[in-house]
Amino acid sequence: MVTTITNFGRSGLYDWLLQRISAVVLALYSVFMVVYLLLNPQLDYAQWDALFGMTSMRIFSLMALLSLGAHCWIGLWSVSTDYIKPFVFRFVFQMVIGVLMFVYTVWGVQLLWGL
Amino acid sequence: MLTVSVYRYHPELDKKPYMQDFQVDTGGKDLMVLDVLNMLKVQDSGLAYRRSCREGVCGSDGMNINGVNGLACITPLSACVKNNKLVLRPLPALPVIRDLVIDMDQFYKQYEKVKPFLLNDTPAPAIERLQSPEEREKLDGLYECILCACCSTACPSFWWNPDKFIGPSGLLQAYRFLADSRDTATEERLADLDDPFSVFRCHGIMNCVTVCPKGLNPTKAIGHIRNMLLARAT
Repeated sequence: MVTTITNFGRSGLYDWLLQRISAVVLALYSVFMVVYLLLNPQLDYAQWDALFGMTSMRIFSLMALLSLGAHCWIGLWSVSTDYIKPFVFRFVFQMVIGVLMFVYTVWGVQLLWGL
Repeated sequence: MLTVSVYRYHPELDKKPYMQDFQVDTGGKDLMVLDVLNMLKVQDSGLAYRRSCREGVCGSDGMNINGVNGLACITPLSACVKNNKLVLRPLPALPVIRDLVIDMDQFYKQYEKVKPFLLNDTPAPAIERLQSPEEREKLDGLYECILCACCSTACPSFWWNPDKFIGPSGLLQAYRFLADSRDTATEERLADLDDPFSVFRCHGIMNCVTVCPKGLNPTKAIGHIRNMLLARAT
């Protein structure tokens, strides 16, 4: 067993499960967005604003945003442990990805919730 | 005449590996790759490769044949030769000792990690531990592995992390003992596998299934291990 790990959930199963669940959430969100845009070709700002003003849409968007953050971290952490062998480069890469994900998540919440 | 291009490397004589071309007269017969290697050995007695049973049972002559891992003794030329050319390289990812002979230490270390033997802490019965035909059936497709390393060395996850990812061969054996009704260490075995590398580095690309000379399915076994880990945790 590999015990010294800097992944997301400290367990392979947890990361694996989160990766799958977040993928389903992101797929549902993407499909919803595409279908919504196709069904509303004459979309204006007021309608778009009303859509994102709904509590259900805010919950759905936040769920998608958190899923994206977790999904990217787990995926890129795996990629870095596969391909970046020198420890310093791998560590810096992981730090940059971690900070970026955090910034994007907070920024996304601010945008979506109109804070 | 068949052109055979062979990977050559003698660490005491060569600075780096090179490919050497041989011409072989197969007499129009559909020989096995091992037969061709034996003919090359007559031309150059310094050529090194492993072989033993010559019938796909011992797993010694695993090598990369025209880009695909397989056992030389049971791969006929008709199944691998293209444009009258045969390219033989050692199995990828593991260190080369000489020519087609690789150092399988890392592969065996991963095998050792899964404790490939029955663990049972209940008192031993007078004669033997019995299994029902149904319980025995669960081991079919698992026990047949001959440890030739064709699958693990075809797996990119094993190439990048051969020290952390157990690899398809080791995981097939891990499941062979998880599925055994006579083994009582299921919980300990699963606890040892629940990290991001040992099992979960498998991304299911199924290279292992494609190359297995015995027709086994390590990806399926890995799926079973995942399900057992999931059932244990939820």
